[in-house]
Amino acid sequence: MTVTLKINGKPTQVDLPGEVPLLWALRDGLGLTGTKFGCGVAACGACTVLVDGEAVRSCQLAIGDVAGEITTIEGLGQPGNLAPIQAAWVRHQVAQCGYCQSGQIMQAAALLAANPDPSDEDIDAAMQGNLCRCGTYPRIRAAIHEAAAMMKAG
Amino acid sequence: MAHWKTITRRSFLVLGAAVAGGAAFAAYKITEVPANPLVPGPDGVPLNPWVIINGDGVTVIAPRAEMGQGISTTLAALVAEELDVDWEQVRVLHGPPAQAYFNAGFVDRMSNEPDFIVSQRPKAHNAILAAVPKIFSLQVTGGSTGAIGGFVQMRLAGAGAREALKAAAARRLGVAPETLRTEGGMVIGAQSFTYAELAAEAADLVPRDVALRDPSTWRYVGKAMPRLDMVAKSTGTESFGIDTWLPGMKFATVRMNPRRGGAMLGFDASAALAMPGVAQVVGLGTGIAVIADTTWTAMQAAAVVEIDWGPADYPADTAGMLVKIEAAFATAPDSRLRDDGDVEAELARGAGSGAVIEAEYRIPFLAHAAMEPLNATAWVKPDGSVEVWCGNQAPIMTRDAIAGALRIGAEKVTLHTPVMGGGFGGRTDPVPAVLAARVAAAMPGTPVKVTWSREEDMTQDYYRPAAIARMSGRIEAGRATALWGRTAAPSATRNALARLVGFAPPGADRGTVEGGFDQPYGLPNYRYDGHIADLTVPLGFWRSVGNSMNAFFLESFIDELAHAAGADPLAFRLDLMRDTHAPSAKVLETVRDMSGWDRLRRPGFGRGVAFCYSFGTPVAEVLEVQETEAGIRLTRAWIACDPGLAMDPGIIEAQMTGAMVYGLSAAVQGAITFRDQQVVEQNFPDYDGLRMHSTPAFEVAILQNNGGFGHIGGVGEPGTPPAAPALANALYDLTGIRARELPLNRQFGFAL
Repeated sequence: MTVTLKINGKPTQVDLPGEVPLLWALRDGLGLTGTKFGCGVAACGACTVLVDGEAVRSCQLAIGDVAGEITTIEGLGQPGNLAPIQAAWVRHQVAQCGYCQSGQIMQAAALLAANPDPSDEDIDAAMQGNLCRCGTYPRIRAAIHEAAAMMKAG
Repeated sequence: MAHWKTITRRSFLVLGAAVAGGAAFAAYKITEVPANPLVPGPDGVPLNPWVIINGDGVTVIAPRAEMGQGISTTLAALVAEELDVDWEQVRVLHGPPAQAYFNAGFVDRMSNEPDFIVSQRPKAHNAILAAVPKIFSLQVTGGSTGAIGGFVQMRLAGAGAREALKAAAARRLGVAPETLRTEGGMVIGAQSFTYAELAAEAADLVPRDVALRDPSTWRYVGKAMPRLDMVAKSTGTESFGIDTWLPGMKFATVRMNPRRGGAMLGFDASAALAMPGVAQVVGLGTGIAVIADTTWTAMQAAAVVEIDWGPADYPADTAGMLVKIEAAFATAPDSRLRDDGDVEAELARGAGSGAVIEAEYRIPFLAHAAMEPLNATAWVKPDGSVEVWCGNQAPIMTRDAIAGALRIGAEKVTLHTPVMGGGFGGRTDPVPAVLAARVAAAMPGTPVKVTWSREEDMTQDYYRPAAIARMSGRIEAGRATALWGRTAAPSATRNALARLVGFAPPGADRGTVEGGFDQPYGLPNYRYDGHIADLTVPLGFWRSVGNSMNAFFLESFIDELAHAAGADPLAFRLDLMRDTHAPSAKVLETVRDMSGWDRLRRPGFGRGVAFCYSFGTPVAEVLEVQETEAGIRLTRAWIACDPGLAMDPGIIEAQMTGAMVYGLSAAVQGAITFRDQQVVEQNFPDYDGLRMHSTPAFEVAILQNNGGFGHIGGVGEPGTPPAAPALANALYDLTGIRARELPLNRQFGFAL
């Protein structure tokens, strides 16, 4: 069975049954490994992608049910052409092991798209579903504030 | 072109030069470098086991594994410091399994003396022990030793390569090497050459003399360097083991006996095999694997395999295990590594004009729960060789375990060590690599990636032991006069080493009592005993190992003594420490001043302090908590540490902060429990960590007074031990309730 998804601006065919979660279609079907498997039960946020700009846990979304345009970390920016939020992540040296950071960045991107100037409370509310076992939260917070400032300055 | 023999010989001489300079250890056999495992290829020329010159820069082979702690960046900076390359020209890779990459830093972990005493001695004191990591090919990342082992080795690698490149240029120009200088990846003289131009010739040359640079000239070491993995980790382009991607690969998962160590009596895979996309179900003796078109399909199918599990040989539940741990108090102590004064006589004086205090503490088993679930990819080739990708902390041991499992020679195993999505001590065991190799052997010619479900990762972990401590102390006239600590636990070290290397080392088990016996408290009567419980639950090394247990016991009890003495808990500690170890006292004073300790007490807030000297680094932490309508919040934290030479303050700050978050996560809510011989906690909803909204704000101070010059304390682990007692002590300050059991959410309501 073939499902067509729009991923990072491109219509993409994936040859998997419709009940396969988007996470595994991305990782195992398409080799887009930037999106991570952490828990499989929407408890850690490592698999977060954007669907029509909204942060979604891709481990819980069957590809047959995808109704919008998907953006993964690969579609946000690349080495040498970083999105502002990724540049802020690099400037604040956020990552330690880095495994959760794709999900953190996608969640933060959704936050900033909806709220260009988030307060600490806004950040707490938006980011509490994203687990980081290395404990990089203070630098994530600083990077989100800086990304907001960068985006405001244009 | 370079070839094996010249590289090997040159490598030996590079390190030999260090002996003349007094930087390494005394005996000839110890300084001889094992064979260079690197083979020259079209992309680069290895000048020694740690430095490859490429067309556009240099690739540093880091002998330690990157699992988030930043060690690859620090080790590369040490090479770059001597090699005169711009930071933009530097890349870093993990090397193959090879004796050349032994970890000399483990010499700092081979004594049963307190670290704060060992740190004050010259390194040469350990000359005999220094041979051990090499003789046993200890290519192991752990014990917060990476920077310690790399400090001399990686600078020598860079300096040796630099001098060889200068010698090659000197030969071309017909001048003496001393007339040339290096800068930005070039040798500069009457004519200048890039390193790439010179590399092939340099590989055949033996530098006559290698001197390490004066630290006053360092450009990279001591500064916060941009991490070499940061862009990749911010763009999803870092390739973790779980991201291994090979043409035609299949995806698998495992389901092992939840009654750990028990047999598999039989299984029925018919329902699984009937599912579309399932290729095979493989019996593994103590569990099964399913190979399928996607990992998800494999996990769905594994769940419907009907399996008859045999029993484990430990008690049915946590309560039964605690009975066995408690019974260890009735056995003779395994260790008494501290016995100052006469504790028994002092305690026998009774309360008198002072007081005698006794308390018992209990802590649970803990899982590592790294974000990247356990995984490994294996590919059995037509010639019987196997290629394996698996994040691991011990490549030689892992390679040999794979070879043993497939009954092939070690030379037929190619092991890659990708960066790890967290480790925390949980990637020491070769189990994932071995099981993946066995699964792939069922499908020769096809690469198979095996990914553990989060539930398998959590229930098949090698846990931090549960433990019980009994503490006694006496105070008089506001001072502590005696302290007797006794810790009972199964030994993580013996349990893990019996599994990993087939025997448990003889002698006292330091891991059961570290963080308790070895602290720089100058009590006149100070005894610390370890009692080993006879319990076979699978155990391993959890970030900071025994320090994570005993710091909670000792630092909670010191707090109890301080309150019984009517003293300020921070000043009480300082009094005990000031004459024993000045850098430790300075760390406490620093955290006092930066936190505004005296002003932290106010209605609705609590403050707690704790200290631990571990892995060569004293760390003091202050935590503030607040009572809110939603529950108790962890509001602000201050950390002061003294690792001696601070090689990268940015990474050290990150490690201290992250290690405290890790310790607080466990203290608040971490517990692995057993029912029907099976681990109850399956996934993050049952075993969570702190989140953005529940993590305090941090301030970190890094001091550099500890040890003599060149003393390097670990930084990956020492931030964890004080976290739990600092929180428990803050909760006492806030509520008047003394927490003697972890996790704390059994007793307190947190705003999580």
